Amino acid sequence: MVQFSKARLDVSFAALSDVTRRGVLEQLGRADASITALAAKFAMTLTGMKKHVGVLEQAGLVTTEKVGRVRTCRLGPRRLEEETAWIERFHQLWASRFDELDTVIDELKQKEMVHGRKKTE
Amino acid sequence: MDARKQNEPAPAPMNAKNRTTVERTSDREMVVTRTFNAPARLVFEAWTKPDLFRRWWVPKSAGVSLLACEMDVRVGGGYRLAFANGASKPMEFFGRYIEVTPHSRLVWTNDEGDEGGAVTTVTFEDKGGQTLLVLRDLYPSKEALDAGAGSLDAMPETLEQLDEVLTSGVGDPRERPSPGPR
Repeated sequence: MVQFSKARLDVSFAALSDVTRRGVLEQLGRADASITALAAKFAMTLTGMKKHVGVLEQAGLVTTEKVGRVRTCRLGPRRLEEETAWIERFHQLWASRFDELDTVIDELKQKEMVHGRKKTE
Repeated sequence: MDARKQNEPAPAPMNAKNRTTVERTSDREMVVTRTFNAPARLVFEAWTKPDLFRRWWVPKSAGVSLLACEMDVRVGGGYRLAFANGASKPMEFFGRYIEVTPHSRLVWTNDEGDEGGAVTTVTFEDKGGQTLLVLRDLYPSKEALDAGAGSLDAMPETLEQLDEVLTSGVGDPRERPSPGPR
């Protein structure tokens, strides 16, 4: 079984315990971004975003670099290492299950529209 | 409870995929949340009717097929899922429903492991035409959760590996008599 370093995981999971920070990681997984762009993306103040990025940086999940007046964030050296990969496995499984569940539920809704003619919304 | 302190999901366009979040909330607990664009009644139906359930529980990307899906959804009723993974005998997952509250709550045990398995709690919360679904897997110990996550390696690509883990483990769950609901 894979062994995890507990202290490392604690810092990482604390960093990952916030929905915005997870979103930022997801975003940076696609492309590097400036703090300003991230703040806009997550509808948040620059200060708020700086704080989140700081937590991620402390956990080694993100690195930042200031070039001119822009601070660019990218996934850190630890990026999708063991702990994120670990969560990501759960995530992939559930996300694909739920995408198919959407299809099933859509069919149920359609059926109900046809048979029940429920027009509450 | 923890999930509710998060922001309410914004109403999504009907054809947009809602986001699935997964969080390890403690040493022993994993929490998965997702919003569905349908009333809880329908989401609940898809979780409790075997014909519907079997269509989504095993994603197409998993590359395995579900051989059996038996669900006796009532308090004390059993379920059994059997997966084909190529050459060897099917893998089985089974347990019992310990709480069934129509349209709002399902709790079941996961009994295929050797020691106590996780208890899964699913809640369905109506949010004006949408449903907030929260699934919690509470494991008996941190080690059990770590091991459970380890076994997810198998899902989807390397199911044979999971089979090996199961076979070389302390016991072989596949040799146990299945509860055989109904």
